[in-house]
Amino acid sequence: MLRSLSTFFHGRNAFYIALLLAPPLLWLGTVYLGSLFTLLAQSFYAIDEFTAKVVPELTLKTYRQLFTQPANVDIVVRTVLMAIAVTIASAVIAFPIANYMARYAGPKMKAFFYVGVMLPMWTSYLVKVYAWRLILAKQGIASWAIASLGLERGLDSLLATPVVGGPSLASSYIGMFIVFVYMWLPFMILPLSAALERVPASLLQASADLGARPGQTFRNVVVPLALPGLAAGSIFTFSLTLGDYIIPSVVGAPGYFVGMMVYQQQGTAGNMPLAAAFSVVPIVLIALYLSLAKRLGAFDAL
Amino acid sequence: MRSRRDWNRASLGQKLAAAAGLVFLHAPVWVIVLYAFTTEDRTYQFPPPGLTLHWFEVAFARDDIWAAMRLSLVVALAATAVALLLGTLAAFALAKREFRGKESITLLFVLPIALPGIITGLALLAGIRSIGLEPNFWTIVAGHATFCLVIVYNNVIARLRRLPGSWVEASMDLGADGLQTFRYVLLPQIASALLAGGMLAFALSFDEIIVTLFTAGHQQTLPIWFYSELFRPRERPITNVVAVVVILVTLVPILLAYYLTKPDEQGPGS
Repeated sequence: MLRSLSTFFHGRNAFYIALLLAPPLLWLGTVYLGSLFTLLAQSFYAIDEFTAKVVPELTLKTYRQLFTQPANVDIVVRTVLMAIAVTIASAVIAFPIANYMARYAGPKMKAFFYVGVMLPMWTSYLVKVYAWRLILAKQGIASWAIASLGLERGLDSLLATPVVGGPSLASSYIGMFIVFVYMWLPFMILPLSAALERVPASLLQASADLGARPGQTFRNVVVPLALPGLAAGSIFTFSLTLGDYIIPSVVGAPGYFVGMMVYQQQGTAGNMPLAAAFSVVPIVLIALYLSLAKRLGAFDAL
Repeated sequence: MRSRRDWNRASLGQKLAAAAGLVFLHAPVWVIVLYAFTTEDRTYQFPPPGLTLHWFEVAFARDDIWAAMRLSLVVALAATAVALLLGTLAAFALAKREFRGKESITLLFVLPIALPGIITGLALLAGIRSIGLEPNFWTIVAGHATFCLVIVYNNVIARLRRLPGSWVEASMDLGADGLQTFRYVLLPQIASALLAGGMLAFALSFDEIIVTLFTAGHQQTLPIWFYSELFRPRERPITNVVAVVVILVTLVPILLAYYLTKPDEQGPGS
């Protein structure tokens, strides 16, 4: 029965595809998309100020609250700035590693580096955040290393910097920035090295033969050709930073981030519409970013 | 002459930068392993004043940790099973044939990992509540299965795309029916990709916190146990031990998945 059925389906493409697609599409369509639309709908509700209950009537009140209260605008700006800073730093740090993997490493070395980047990427997210809490704590490794290098003065003046500084590395934007870069770095290295692998060595030789110095070749040949990889990696670093709420609450300064606001508003504050409106912010930003990245050819390097 | 050598061999600076990057990525994990053995239980003092195995004993005697561990394992197994089924079906449907609307369907199949976890989590919570449910065991599984199926889908579709279409045609031409072709031609080729996808899905689910915090209600998975310990530092040494256990439990499937999908073992078309 099954046998004749499957023979029957072969060659009857449309029916066969529909049959295969139905279960996963139903799942994602109802569980995932259904939930997303519920969330979107919630963001157009508002809570009644007196009863603190959600009023299920469509209104733009919650969005008005999001975009007119200076504290909320600050949160969005702070999160976007952090995401941009983390993206740029990840790209700069990832480049030498990705370049070495793509251009110089032999097959064995390449596999070693690949596993070396992949393992920390897949290691438990929470354990890594926790590790950084230990490292950055007052008596932790970071201050031990800085003290044994005799750099306490430098650290103190860094932490005394207004805005980004704080009482210790574990409770400053600098500390949070380091943790973010650490967490998302592998997501930048892998697509970047894939893109760099596709840059033909002959182009670099041609550039040198035509008299370009290594720096010029790098700027005018390597970076433009690696752009799709950079764009692909930056989608991850940007999007992951925008949505994260655990890192800012475990390692970090007192200022709120979008993710923390979403978590807190739906939980203790009980304001689901505001939480939903806040969660629409990263969706819109990521959609904008994706359309920009698409123009740079990011999807060819994924 | 010098420039020619530059293209083939990395300078010392380039090697050092690459090596430093790897050390940066790995050092924090080793720090955790080291701290699991420290005799100091109040501060994060470094270097640790002494080493002991005592905390492993204490942690293994804790019922709440075992309960959380069991829940995480069961959730991960259930989510992986659902993800394997749905992800494989989707991969077979979308691997080769072109049809209208395929692009938006493909986008839908990557959306759960392209959007930040907090959005998936909050959306699922809103969805669960809108149909009158409260978070329970099955809502955790449903949430995990949603992003795990993307991982399985990606693994299987990558393999199917490398598989020459002529193999299936040859099998059918030689008189095999659809089921035989699947059993003897397709399945052996995609088996390792399926296994790898399942391993990664398991590791992802076992370790997931961002979505789970929204969909778990009062249930305590191991990551949720761990998360609450981050804000209650009195049991630091036990937390360290659990961290090491979590690293080991996720490391094994990830390494297996890597060896199963290594490029040089991928058979035809690669």
